[in-house]
Amino acid sequence: MKTIKLFAGLFLLLFCLSACAQPGSKSNVADGSNAGLILPKGFAAIKLADNVGKSRHIAITPQGDIYVKQLAANGNKGILLLREEKGTGRAPIIKSFGDYGGTGIAIKNGYLYASSDVDIFRYKLDDKGVVIDPAHPEKIVTGLLERHEHESKSIVLDDEGYIYTNIGAYSNSCQEQDRVKGSPGMQPCPILDSAGGIWRFRADVPNQTYATGTRYATGLRNVVGLHWNKSTNSLFVMMHGRDQLHDLFPQYYDEKQSAELPAETMYELHNGSNCGWPYMYYDQQKHQKMLAPEYGGDGVKQGGENAQDPIVAFPGHLAPNGLLFYTGTMFPEKYRNGAFIAFHGSWNRAPEKQKGYLVAFVPFKNGKPSGDWEIFANNFAGINDITSPRQAAHRPCGLAQGPDGALYVSDDVKGAIYKITYSAK
Amino acid sequence: MTLKFLFYASIAFVSTHAIAQPAKTLQQSIARGKVVYNQVCNSCHQADGGGVPNMNPPLIKSKWVAGDKKALINIVLNGFSEKVAIDGDYYSNSMPSQSQLTDLQIADVLTFVRNNFDNKASAILPQNVKMCRKKQ
Repeated sequence: MKTIKLFAGLFLLLFCLSACAQPGSKSNVADGSNAGLILPKGFAAIKLADNVGKSRHIAITPQGDIYVKQLAANGNKGILLLREEKGTGRAPIIKSFGDYGGTGIAIKNGYLYASSDVDIFRYKLDDKGVVIDPAHPEKIVTGLLERHEHESKSIVLDDEGYIYTNIGAYSNSCQEQDRVKGSPGMQPCPILDSAGGIWRFRADVPNQTYATGTRYATGLRNVVGLHWNKSTNSLFVMMHGRDQLHDLFPQYYDEKQSAELPAETMYELHNGSNCGWPYMYYDQQKHQKMLAPEYGGDGVKQGGENAQDPIVAFPGHLAPNGLLFYTGTMFPEKYRNGAFIAFHGSWNRAPEKQKGYLVAFVPFKNGKPSGDWEIFANNFAGINDITSPRQAAHRPCGLAQGPDGALYVSDDVKGAIYKITYSAK
Repeated sequence: MTLKFLFYASIAFVSTHAIAQPAKTLQQSIARGKVVYNQVCNSCHQADGGGVPNMNPPLIKSKWVAGDKKALINIVLNGFSEKVAIDGDYYSNSMPSQSQLTDLQIADVLTFVRNNFDNKASAILPQNVKMCRKKQ
Protein backbone atom coordinates (compact mmCIF):
# COMPACT_ATOMS: atom_id res chain seq x y z
CA MET A 1 0.00 0.00 0.00
CA LYS A 2 2.74 2.34 1.06
CA THR A 3 4.70 1.53 -2.10
CA ILE A 4 1.71 2.23 -4.31
CA LYS A 5 1.19 5.58 -2.62
CA LEU A 6 4.84 6.41 -3.04
CA PHE A 7 4.75 5.49 -6.74
CA ALA A 8 1.58 7.49 -7.25
CA GLY A 9 3.17 10.47 -5.56
CA LEU A 10 6.37 10.12 -7.55
CA PHE A 11 4.44 9.84 -10.78
CA LEU A 12 2.45 12.97 -9.98
CA LEU A 13 5.63 14.86 -9.15
CA LEU A 14 7.33 13.80 -12.38
CA PHE A 15 4.22 14.71 -14.37
CA CYS A 16 4.11 18.16 -12.79
CA LEU A 17 7.81 18.75 -13.35
CA SER A 18 7.66 17.87 -17.02
CA ALA A 19 4.47 19.86 -17.55
CA CYS A 20 5.86 22.91 -15.78
CA ALA A 21 9.25 22.72 -17.42
CA GLN A 22 7.71 22.66 -20.89
CA PRO A 23 7.53 26.40 -21.72
CA GLY A 24 11.13 27.06 -20.72
CA SER A 25 12.74 24.21 -22.56
CA LYS A 26 10.64 24.22 -25.71
CA SER A 27 11.67 26.32 -28.66
CA ASN A 28 9.36 29.17 -29.52
CA VAL A 29 8.43 28.14 -33.07
CA ALA A 30 4.84 28.32 -34.18
CA ASP A 31 2.83 25.88 -32.06
CA GLY A 32 -0.67 26.85 -33.18
CA SER A 33 -1.27 29.10 -30.19
CA ASN A 34 -0.26 32.21 -32.20
CA ALA A 35 1.16 33.69 -28.99
CA GLY A 36 -2.41 34.21 -27.81
CA LEU A 37 -3.45 36.30 -30.83
CA ILE A 38 -6.53 35.72 -32.96
CA LEU A 39 -5.63 35.96 -36.66
CA PRO A 40 -7.26 35.32 -40.05
CA LYS A 41 -6.90 31.86 -41.57
CA GLY A 42 -3.42 30.99 -42.81
CA PHE A 43 -1.62 33.50 -40.54
CA ALA A 44 0.58 32.53 -37.60
CA ALA A 45 2.18 34.59 -34.85
CA ILE A 46 5.07 34.05 -32.49
CA LYS A 47 6.45 36.20 -29.71
CA LEU A 48 10.06 36.79 -30.68
CA ALA A 49 10.78 38.54 -27.40
CA ASP A 50 8.96 39.41 -24.20
CA ASN A 51 9.49 41.69 -21.22
CA VAL A 52 12.22 43.70 -22.97
CA GLY A 53 10.75 46.98 -21.63
CA LYS A 54 8.00 49.29 -22.89
CA SER A 55 8.55 49.05 -26.63
CA ARG A 56 7.21 51.90 -28.76
CA HIS A 57 8.08 51.92 -32.47
CA ILE A 58 10.25 49.37 -34.29
CA ALA A 59 12.32 49.28 -37.47
CA ILE A 60 13.66 46.24 -39.33
CA THR A 61 16.95 46.22 -41.23
CA PRO A 62 17.25 44.67 -44.72
CA GLN A 63 19.00 41.77 -42.93
CA GLY A 64 15.99 41.22 -40.65
CA ASP A 65 17.38 42.61 -37.39
CA ILE A 66 14.93 44.53 -35.20
CA TYR A 67 15.62 47.96 -33.69
CA VAL A 68 13.23 48.73 -30.83
CA LYS A 69 12.71 52.23 -29.39
CA GLN A 70 12.09 52.06 -25.66
CA LEU A 71 9.80 54.48 -23.87
CA ALA A 72 12.37 54.87 -21.09
CA ALA A 73 16.16 54.74 -21.41
CA ASN A 74 16.70 52.78 -18.16
CA GLY A 75 20.30 53.92 -18.18
CA ASN A 76 21.69 53.35 -21.61
CA LYS A 77 19.04 51.08 -23.08
CA GLY A 78 16.89 53.53 -25.02
CA ILE A 79 17.31 51.49 -28.21
CA LEU A 80 17.54 47.70 -28.39
CA LEU A 81 18.84 45.62 -31.26
CA LEU A 82 17.25 42.17 -31.45
CA ARG A 83 18.38 39.40 -33.77
CA GLU A 84 16.20 36.39 -34.51
CA GLU A 85 17.89 33.05 -33.95
CA LYS A 86 16.87 30.92 -36.89
CA GLY A 87 14.75 27.94 -35.97
CA THR A 88 14.13 28.92 -32.35
CA GLY A 89 11.60 31.68 -32.92
CA ARG A 90 13.39 33.86 -30.41
CA ALA A 91 15.15 37.18 -30.88
CA PRO A 92 17.52 37.95 -28.01
CA ILE A 93 18.89 41.44 -27.39
CA ILE A 94 22.35 41.63 -28.96
CA LYS A 95 22.98 45.35 -28.40
CA SER A 96 21.50 48.20 -26.38
CA PHE A 97 22.41 51.88 -26.47
CA GLY A 98 20.96 55.40 -26.31
CA ASP A 99 20.53 57.38 -23.09
CA TYR A 100 17.08 58.72 -24.01
CA GLY A 101 13.57 57.29 -23.97
CA GLY A 102 11.17 58.04 -26.79
CA THR A 103 8.93 56.65 -29.50
CA GLY A 104 10.21 57.23 -33.04
CA ILE A 105 12.57 54.95 -34.96
CA ALA A 106 13.19 54.49 -38.69
CA ILE A 107 15.82 53.20 -41.12
CA LYS A 108 16.65 55.02 -44.36
CA ASN A 109 19.62 55.13 -46.74
CA GLY A 110 22.07 53.41 -44.39
CA TYR A 111 21.10 55.35 -41.26
CA LEU A 112 19.08 54.55 -38.17
CA TYR A 113 16.97 57.54 -37.05
CA ALA A 114 15.53 57.69 -33.51
CA SER A 115 13.75 60.33 -31.46
CA SER A 116 13.46 61.40 -27.86
CA ASP A 117 10.49 63.63 -27.00
CA VAL A 118 12.65 66.66 -27.85
CA ASP A 119 15.34 65.69 -30.39
CA ILE A 120 15.90 63.49 -33.44
CA PHE A 121 19.19 61.60 -33.83
CA ARG A 122 20.75 59.44 -36.49
CA TYR A 123 23.36 56.69 -36.45
CA LYS A 124 25.33 55.37 -39.42
CA LEU A 125 24.80 51.66 -40.07
CA ASP A 126 27.44 49.26 -41.36
CA ASP A 127 26.76 46.99 -44.34
CA LYS A 128 25.17 44.45 -41.97
CA GLY A 129 22.71 47.02 -40.65
CA VAL A 130 24.44 47.41 -37.28
CA VAL A 131 25.01 50.85 -35.70
CA ILE A 132 28.71 51.72 -36.02
CA ASP A 133 29.11 54.25 -33.21
CA PRO A 134 26.20 53.93 -30.78
CA ALA A 135 27.65 56.45 -28.30
CA HIS A 136 27.92 59.33 -30.80
CA PRO A 137 24.78 59.87 -32.84
CA GLU A 138 24.39 62.94 -35.00
CA LYS A 139 21.69 65.30 -33.71
CA ILE A 140 19.50 66.16 -36.69
CA VAL A 141 16.70 68.13 -35.03
CA THR A 142 16.72 69.73 -31.59
CA GLY A 143 14.42 71.67 -29.26
CA LEU A 144 11.03 70.27 -30.22
CA LEU A 145 8.23 71.19 -27.86
CA GLU A 146 7.57 68.75 -25.02
CA ARG A 147 4.96 69.73 -22.44
CA HIS A 148 4.09 66.29 -21.05
CA GLU A 149 0.81 65.86 -22.92
CA HIS A 150 1.09 64.19 -26.37
CA GLU A 151 4.84 64.46 -26.07
CA SER A 152 5.99 61.55 -28.23
CA LYS A 153 7.72 62.34 -31.53
CA SER A 154 7.09 59.75 -34.23
CA ILE A 155 9.28 59.91 -37.33
CA VAL A 156 9.13 58.82 -40.95
CA LEU A 157 11.25 59.59 -44.02
CA ASP A 158 10.32 60.11 -47.68
CA ASP A 159 12.42 59.35 -50.78
CA GLU A 160 13.49 62.97 -51.30
CA GLY A 161 15.67 63.45 -48.25
CA TYR A 162 13.09 64.74 -45.77
CA ILE A 163 12.19 63.52 -42.30
CA TYR A 164 8.72 64.18 -40.84
CA THR A 165 7.80 64.31 -37.17
CA ASN A 166 4.62 64.74 -35.20
CA ILE A 167 4.53 67.51 -32.63
CA GLY A 168 1.44 66.76 -30.57
CA ALA A 169 -0.73 69.47 -29.03
CA TYR A 170 -0.10 69.91 -25.32
CA SER A 171 -3.85 70.09 -24.83
CA ASN A 172 -7.02 68.10 -25.35
CA SER A 173 -9.05 70.68 -27.25
CA CYS A 174 -7.24 74.03 -26.87
CA GLN A 175 -9.49 75.18 -24.04
CA GLU A 176 -8.44 78.25 -22.05
CA GLN A 177 -8.08 75.76 -19.19
CA ASP A 178 -7.16 72.31 -20.47
CA ARG A 179 -9.77 69.66 -19.63
CA VAL A 180 -11.81 71.99 -17.40
CA LYS A 181 -15.56 71.53 -17.74
CA GLY A 182 -17.12 74.23 -19.91
CA SER A 183 -13.87 76.19 -20.46
CA PRO A 184 -14.07 77.87 -23.91
CA GLY A 185 -11.64 77.25 -26.76
CA MET A 186 -8.92 79.81 -27.47
CA GLN A 187 -9.52 81.72 -30.71
CA PRO A 188 -7.27 81.39 -32.60
CA CYS A 189 -5.65 78.40 -30.95
CA PRO A 190 -2.08 79.56 -30.11
CA ILE A 191 -0.82 75.98 -29.78
CA LEU A 192 -0.86 75.52 -33.56
CA ASP A 193 2.21 77.76 -34.04
CA SER A 194 4.52 75.21 -32.48
CA ALA A 195 2.51 72.00 -32.09
CA GLY A 196 -0.64 70.21 -33.23
CA GLY A 197 0.85 69.29 -36.59
CA ILE A 198 3.53 67.58 -38.64
CA TRP A 199 6.89 69.30 -39.10
CA ARG A 200 9.35 68.52 -41.91
CA PHE A 201 13.15 68.73 -41.76
CA ARG A 202 16.08 67.70 -43.94
CA ALA A 203 17.18 64.19 -43.06
CA ASP A 204 20.90 64.97 -43.36
CA VAL A 205 21.40 68.42 -41.82
CA PRO A 206 22.51 68.61 -38.19
CA ASN A 207 20.96 70.75 -35.43
CA GLN A 208 17.85 71.92 -37.22
CA THR A 209 15.23 73.73 -35.14
CA TYR A 210 11.72 75.11 -35.59
CA ALA A 211 13.34 78.07 -37.38
CA THR A 212 14.69 75.89 -40.18
CA GLY A 213 11.86 73.33 -40.32
CA THR A 214 8.55 73.55 -42.14
CA ARG A 215 5.13 73.15 -40.60
CA TYR A 216 4.04 70.61 -43.21
CA ALA A 217 0.50 70.02 -41.92
CA THR A 218 -1.58 71.55 -39.12
CA GLY A 219 -4.81 70.92 -37.23
CA LEU A 220 -3.62 67.51 -36.03
CA ARG A 221 -4.19 67.05 -32.30
CA ASN A 222 -1.81 64.16 -31.84
CA VAL A 223 -0.34 61.67 -34.29
CA VAL A 224 1.61 58.61 -33.16
CA GLY A 225 1.17 56.32 -36.17
CA LEU A 226 2.42 57.72 -39.47
CA HIS A 227 3.87 56.16 -42.61
CA TRP A 228 5.10 57.09 -46.06
CA ASN A 229 2.80 55.43 -48.58
CA LYS A 230 5.00 54.39 -51.50
CA SER A 231 2.09 53.73 -53.84
CA THR A 232 0.83 57.33 -53.55
CA ASN A 233 4.23 58.83 -52.66
CA SER A 234 2.60 60.76 -49.81
CA LEU A 235 2.45 60.94 -46.03
CA PHE A 236 -0.42 59.21 -44.23
CA VAL A 237 -1.14 59.73 -40.54
CA MET A 238 -3.53 58.45 -37.89
CA MET A 239 -4.84 61.16 -35.56
CA HIS A 240 -5.92 60.59 -31.97
CA GLY A 241 -9.28 62.35 -31.68
CA ARG A 242 -10.14 64.57 -28.74
CA ASP A 243 -11.21 63.21 -25.34
CA GLN A 244 -14.01 63.82 -22.85
CA LEU A 245 -16.98 65.23 -24.78
CA HIS A 246 -19.29 64.21 -21.94
CA ASP A 247 -17.01 65.25 -19.05
CA LEU A 248 -16.53 68.72 -20.50
CA PHE A 249 -19.92 69.30 -22.16
CA PRO A 250 -22.48 67.00 -20.49
CA GLN A 251 -25.32 69.20 -21.77
CA TYR A 252 -24.59 68.03 -25.35
CA TYR A 253 -23.18 64.51 -25.01
CA ASP A 254 -24.16 61.57 -22.83
CA GLU A 255 -21.65 58.96 -21.68
CA LYS A 256 -22.46 56.57 -24.52
CA GLN A 257 -22.00 59.22 -27.22
CA SER A 258 -18.79 60.31 -25.54
CA ALA A 259 -17.49 56.74 -25.61
CA GLU A 260 -18.01 56.42 -29.38
CA LEU A 261 -17.17 59.97 -30.52
CA PRO A 262 -15.24 61.48 -32.09
CA ALA A 263 -13.64 59.28 -34.75
CA GLU A 264 -9.99 58.27 -34.82
CA THR A 265 -9.09 59.48 -38.30
CA MET A 266 -6.67 58.64 -41.10
CA TYR A 267 -5.49 61.51 -43.29
CA GLU A 268 -3.39 61.77 -46.42
CA LEU A 269 -1.25 64.87 -46.04
CA HIS A 270 0.42 67.28 -48.42
CA ASN A 271 2.38 70.44 -47.75
CA GLY A 272 -0.12 72.88 -46.20
CA SER A 273 -2.76 70.33 -45.17
CA ASN A 274 -5.15 71.40 -42.41
CA CYS A 275 -7.12 68.73 -40.57
CA GLY A 276 -9.19 71.08 -38.42
CA TRP A 277 -8.25 70.47 -34.78
CA PRO A 278 -9.23 72.03 -32.36
CA TYR A 279 -12.15 73.79 -34.06
CA MET A 280 -13.84 70.61 -35.23
CA TYR A 281 -13.99 66.87 -34.80
CA TYR A 282 -15.17 64.12 -37.13
CA ASP A 283 -18.37 62.19 -36.37
CA GLN A 284 -18.00 58.76 -37.95
CA GLN A 285 -21.69 57.97 -37.40
CA LYS A 286 -22.98 61.04 -39.24
CA HIS A 287 -19.97 61.10 -41.60
CA GLN A 288 -19.66 64.82 -40.91
CA LYS A 289 -17.19 67.37 -39.65
CA MET A 290 -18.67 68.83 -36.46
CA LEU A 291 -18.07 72.15 -34.73
CA ALA A 292 -16.21 71.48 -31.45
CA PRO A 293 -18.26 72.39 -28.35
CA GLU A 294 -15.40 74.62 -27.15
CA TYR A 295 -16.08 76.75 -30.25
CA GLY A 296 -19.86 76.90 -30.13
CA GLY A 297 -20.71 73.36 -31.22
CA ASP A 298 -23.54 71.38 -29.66
CA GLY A 299 -23.26 67.94 -31.21
CA VAL A 300 -25.49 69.04 -34.11
CA LYS A 301 -23.77 72.03 -35.75
CA GLN A 302 -21.30 71.17 -38.47
CA GLY A 303 -17.86 72.76 -38.72
CA GLY A 304 -14.43 72.49 -40.26
CA GLU A 305 -15.33 74.08 -43.62
CA ASN A 306 -11.66 74.59 -44.44
CA ALA A 307 -10.46 71.29 -43.04
CA GLN A 308 -9.82 68.28 -45.22
CA ASP A 309 -11.87 65.12 -44.87
CA PRO A 310 -10.41 61.98 -43.36
CA ILE A 311 -9.63 59.01 -45.62
CA VAL A 312 -10.90 56.51 -43.03
CA ALA A 313 -12.82 57.10 -39.77
CA PHE A 314 -12.65 54.56 -36.95
CA PRO A 315 -14.64 54.43 -33.67
CA GLY A 316 -13.51 56.82 -30.95
CA HIS A 317 -10.64 56.55 -28.50
CA LEU A 318 -9.07 53.33 -29.87
CA ALA A 319 -5.70 55.15 -29.93
CA PRO A 320 -3.94 54.42 -33.24
CA ASN A 321 -0.23 54.27 -32.40
CA GLY A 322 1.17 52.50 -35.46
CA LEU A 323 0.51 52.76 -39.22
CA LEU A 324 2.05 50.69 -42.01
CA PHE A 325 1.31 50.33 -45.70
CA TYR A 326 2.10 46.75 -46.63
CA THR A 327 4.33 46.29 -49.67
CA GLY A 328 5.39 42.67 -49.13
CA THR A 329 4.44 39.60 -51.10
CA MET A 330 4.24 37.09 -48.23
CA PHE A 331 0.64 38.03 -47.38
CA PRO A 332 -2.20 37.36 -49.86
CA GLU A 333 -2.93 39.83 -52.68
CA LYS A 334 -5.72 41.49 -50.66
CA TYR A 335 -3.15 43.00 -48.27
CA ARG A 336 -0.90 44.55 -50.95
CA ASN A 337 -0.61 48.34 -50.47
CA GLY A 338 -3.28 48.20 -47.74
CA ALA A 339 -2.93 49.83 -44.32
CA PHE A 340 -2.31 48.09 -41.02
CA ILE A 341 -3.11 50.15 -37.94
CA ALA A 342 -1.95 49.26 -34.41
CA PHE A 343 -4.63 50.38 -31.96
CA HIS A 344 -3.09 50.85 -28.53
CA GLY A 345 -6.53 50.55 -26.86
CA SER A 346 -8.84 53.08 -25.27
CA TRP A 347 -9.13 54.65 -21.84
CA ASN A 348 -11.58 57.42 -22.60
CA ARG A 349 -14.62 55.17 -23.01
CA ALA A 350 -15.20 54.80 -19.23
CA PRO A 351 -17.68 53.98 -17.77
CA GLU A 352 -18.34 51.98 -20.96
CA LYS A 353 -16.03 49.01 -21.62
CA GLN A 354 -12.67 49.83 -23.19
CA LYS A 355 -11.93 48.84 -26.80
CA GLY A 356 -9.04 48.54 -29.21
CA TYR A 357 -5.92 46.60 -28.24
CA LEU A 358 -5.80 45.17 -31.77
CA VAL A 359 -4.26 45.54 -35.21
CA ALA A 360 -6.75 46.58 -37.90
CA PHE A 361 -6.50 46.43 -41.67
CA VAL A 362 -7.91 48.65 -44.44
CA PRO A 363 -7.64 47.41 -48.05
CA PHE A 364 -6.42 50.03 -50.57
CA LYS A 365 -6.61 50.19 -54.37
CA ASN A 366 -5.05 53.00 -56.40
CA GLY A 367 -4.23 54.90 -53.22
CA LYS A 368 -7.81 54.91 -51.86
CA PRO A 369 -9.56 52.57 -49.41
CA SER A 370 -11.29 49.80 -51.37
CA GLY A 371 -13.34 48.35 -48.52
CA ASP A 372 -14.28 48.72 -44.85
CA TRP A 373 -11.73 48.39 -42.10
CA GLU A 374 -11.52 45.03 -40.36
CA ILE A 375 -9.82 43.49 -37.35
CA PHE A 376 -6.62 41.73 -38.43
CA ALA A 377 -4.98 40.66 -35.17
CA ASN A 378 -6.90 40.65 -31.91
CA ASN A 379 -6.61 39.64 -28.27
CA PHE A 380 -3.37 41.40 -27.41
CA ALA A 381 -5.02 42.29 -24.08
CA GLY A 382 -5.59 38.62 -23.26
CA ILE A 383 -9.05 39.30 -21.79
CA ASN A 384 -12.43 40.04 -23.34
CA ASP A 385 -13.95 42.70 -21.11
CA ILE A 386 -11.56 45.50 -20.32
CA THR A 387 -12.85 48.03 -17.83
CA SER A 388 -9.46 49.60 -17.10
CA PRO A 389 -6.46 49.77 -19.48
CA ARG A 390 -4.03 48.30 -16.96
CA GLN A 391 -5.88 44.99 -17.27
CA ALA A 392 -4.46 44.55 -20.79
CA ALA A 393 -1.50 42.18 -20.84
CA HIS A 394 -0.22 43.71 -24.09
CA ARG A 395 -0.97 46.90 -26.04
CA PRO A 396 0.06 47.13 -29.71
CA CYS A 397 2.12 50.22 -30.47
CA GLY A 398 4.57 49.91 -33.38
CA LEU A 399 4.44 48.12 -36.73
CA ALA A 400 7.20 47.14 -39.14
CA GLN A 401 7.58 44.95 -42.21
CA GLY A 402 10.41 42.45 -42.45
CA PRO A 403 12.45 41.86 -45.61
CA ASP A 404 10.49 38.64 -46.22
CA GLY A 405 7.14 40.41 -45.80
CA ALA A 406 6.42 39.31 -42.22
CA LEU A 407 4.62 41.87 -40.04
CA TYR A 408 6.14 42.81 -36.70
CA VAL A 409 4.14 44.33 -33.83
CA SER A 410 5.61 45.85 -30.66
CA ASP A 411 3.88 46.09 -27.29
CA ASP A 412 4.52 48.81 -24.72
CA VAL A 413 3.11 47.23 -21.58
CA LYS A 414 6.08 45.02 -20.77
CA GLY A 415 7.65 44.78 -24.19
CA ALA A 416 6.67 41.86 -26.37
CA ILE A 417 7.73 41.71 -30.04
CA TYR A 418 5.36 39.69 -32.23
CA LYS A 419 6.10 38.36 -35.70
CA ILE A 420 3.12 37.52 -37.91
CA THR A 421 3.65 35.35 -40.97
CA TYR A 422 1.46 33.78 -43.64
CA SER A 423 1.69 30.48 -45.41
CA ALA A 424 -0.92 29.19 -47.84
CA LYS A 425 -2.03 25.67 -46.96
CA MET B 1 -24.32 43.93 41.90
CA THR B 2 -27.10 45.44 39.81
CA LEU B 3 -25.53 48.83 40.17
CA LYS B 4 -22.19 47.54 39.08
CA PHE B 5 -23.79 45.85 36.07
CA LEU B 6 -25.61 49.00 35.09
CA PHE B 7 -22.42 50.99 35.45
CA TYR B 8 -20.45 48.72 33.12
CA ALA B 9 -23.34 48.36 30.74
CA SER B 10 -23.65 52.12 30.43
CA ILE B 11 -19.90 52.48 29.82
CA ALA B 12 -20.10 49.82 27.17
CA PHE B 13 -23.08 51.55 25.58
CA VAL B 14 -21.45 54.96 25.57
CA SER B 15 -18.18 53.70 24.15
CA THR B 16 -19.70 51.63 21.35
CA HIS B 17 -21.99 54.51 20.52
CA ALA B 18 -19.07 56.92 20.45
CA ILE B 19 -17.14 54.65 18.08
CA ALA B 20 -20.14 53.76 15.97
CA GLN B 21 -21.06 57.36 15.33
CA PRO B 22 -17.82 58.42 13.47
CA ALA B 23 -17.73 55.05 11.72
CA LYS B 24 -21.18 55.73 10.37
CA THR B 25 -20.16 59.24 9.36
CA LEU B 26 -17.08 57.82 7.62
CA GLN B 27 -19.17 55.31 5.70
CA GLN B 28 -21.56 58.04 4.63
CA SER B 29 -18.70 60.22 3.45
CA ILE B 30 -17.20 57.30 1.48
CA ALA B 31 -20.60 56.59 -0.10
CA ARG B 32 -21.03 60.23 -1.16
CA GLY B 33 -17.42 60.30 -2.32
CA LYS B 34 -18.00 57.34 -4.60
CA VAL B 35 -20.71 59.29 -6.43
CA VAL B 36 -18.34 62.24 -6.90
CA TYR B 37 -15.57 59.87 -8.06
CA ASN B 38 -17.79 58.33 -10.71
CA GLN B 39 -18.84 61.73 -12.02
CA VAL B 40 -15.53 63.57 -11.94
CA CYS B 41 -12.55 61.21 -11.60
CA ASN B 42 -13.54 57.91 -13.19
CA SER B 43 -12.88 58.78 -16.83
CA CYS B 44 -9.15 59.40 -16.22
CA HIS B 45 -8.37 57.41 -13.07
CA GLN B 46 -10.69 54.52 -14.07
CA ALA B 47 -13.19 52.48 -12.06
CA ASP B 48 -10.47 50.43 -10.36
CA GLY B 49 -8.28 53.46 -9.58
CA GLY B 50 -5.70 52.00 -11.96
CA GLY B 51 -5.32 55.15 -14.04
CA VAL B 52 -3.94 54.86 -17.57
CA PRO B 53 -0.36 53.61 -18.04
CA ASN B 54 1.99 56.49 -18.90
CA MET B 55 -0.87 59.01 -19.01
CA ASN B 56 -3.01 59.24 -15.87
CA PRO B 57 -1.50 58.15 -12.53
CA PRO B 58 -2.89 55.20 -10.60
CA LEU B 59 -4.47 55.76 -7.19
CA ILE B 60 -3.90 52.19 -6.03
CA LYS B 61 -1.74 51.74 -2.90
CA SER B 62 -0.54 55.26 -3.48
CA LYS B 63 1.46 57.34 -1.05
CA TRP B 64 0.16 60.43 -2.87
CA VAL B 65 -3.36 59.34 -1.91
CA ALA B 66 -2.75 57.96 1.56
CA GLY B 67 -0.04 60.45 2.52
CA ASP B 68 -0.17 64.13 3.49
CA LYS B 69 -3.72 65.46 3.48
CA LYS B 70 -2.84 69.03 2.50
CA ALA B 71 -0.74 67.94 -0.48
CA LEU B 72 -3.59 65.75 -1.69
CA ILE B 73 -6.24 68.44 -1.23
CA ASN B 74 -4.05 70.93 -3.10
CA ILE B 75 -3.76 68.59 -6.11
CA VAL B 76 -7.55 68.55 -6.36
CA LEU B 77 -7.84 72.32 -5.85
CA ASN B 78 -5.01 73.36 -8.18
CA GLY B 79 -4.68 70.50 -10.63
CA PHE B 80 -1.34 68.91 -11.38
CA SER B 81 0.99 69.10 -14.36
CA GLU B 82 4.45 68.39 -12.98
CA LYS B 83 6.44 65.52 -14.42
CA VAL B 84 6.97 63.10 -11.55
CA ALA B 85 7.84 59.43 -11.44
CA ILE B 86 5.51 57.08 -9.58
CA ASP B 87 7.09 53.67 -9.04
CA GLY B 88 9.48 54.43 -11.89
CA ASP B 89 6.83 55.42 -14.44
CA TYR B 90 5.97 58.88 -15.73
CA TYR B 91 2.46 60.14 -16.42
CA SER B 92 1.97 62.76 -19.10
CA ASN B 93 -1.58 64.11 -18.93
CA SER B 94 -2.29 67.26 -16.94
CA MET B 95 -4.95 67.07 -14.27
CA PRO B 96 -7.28 70.10 -14.30
CA SER B 97 -8.21 71.96 -11.15
CA GLN B 98 -11.39 70.67 -9.55
CA SER B 99 -11.90 73.72 -7.35
CA GLN B 100 -15.47 74.03 -8.61
CA LEU B 101 -16.37 71.15 -6.27
CA THR B 102 -17.64 72.07 -2.78
CA ASP B 103 -15.51 71.52 0.32
CA LEU B 104 -17.79 68.61 1.24
CA GLN B 105 -17.50 67.02 -2.22
CA ILE B 106 -13.70 67.24 -2.15
CA ALA B 107 -13.57 65.88 1.41
CA ASP B 108 -15.88 63.02 0.46
CA VAL B 109 -14.12 62.01 -2.74
CA LEU B 110 -10.71 62.07 -1.07
CA THR B 111 -12.06 60.09 1.87
CA PHE B 112 -13.41 57.60 -0.69
CA VAL B 113 -10.05 57.15 -2.46
CA ARG B 114 -8.18 57.03 0.87
CA ASN B 115 -10.39 54.09 1.86
CA ASN B 116 -10.42 52.26 -1.46
CA PHE B 117 -8.02 50.90 -4.08
CA ASP B 118 -5.88 49.24 -1.35
CA ASN B 119 -5.44 52.53 0.49
CA LYS B 120 -6.20 52.91 4.20
CA ALA B 121 -5.90 56.41 5.56
CA SER B 122 -7.81 58.83 7.77
CA ALA B 123 -10.84 60.74 6.54
CA ILE B 124 -10.56 64.23 5.09
CA LEU B 125 -13.04 66.70 6.49
CA PRO B 126 -14.60 69.74 4.79
CA GLN B 127 -12.76 72.05 7.22
CA ASN B 128 -9.42 70.57 5.98
CA VAL B 129 -10.38 71.60 2.45
CA LYS B 130 -11.53 75.03 3.61
CA MET B 131 -8.14 75.66 5.26
CA CYS B 132 -6.30 74.80 2.02
CA ARG B 133 -8.57 77.07 -0.02
CA LYS B 134 -7.92 79.96 2.38
CA LYS B 135 -4.18 79.69 1.96
CA GLN B 136 -4.38 80.09 -1.81
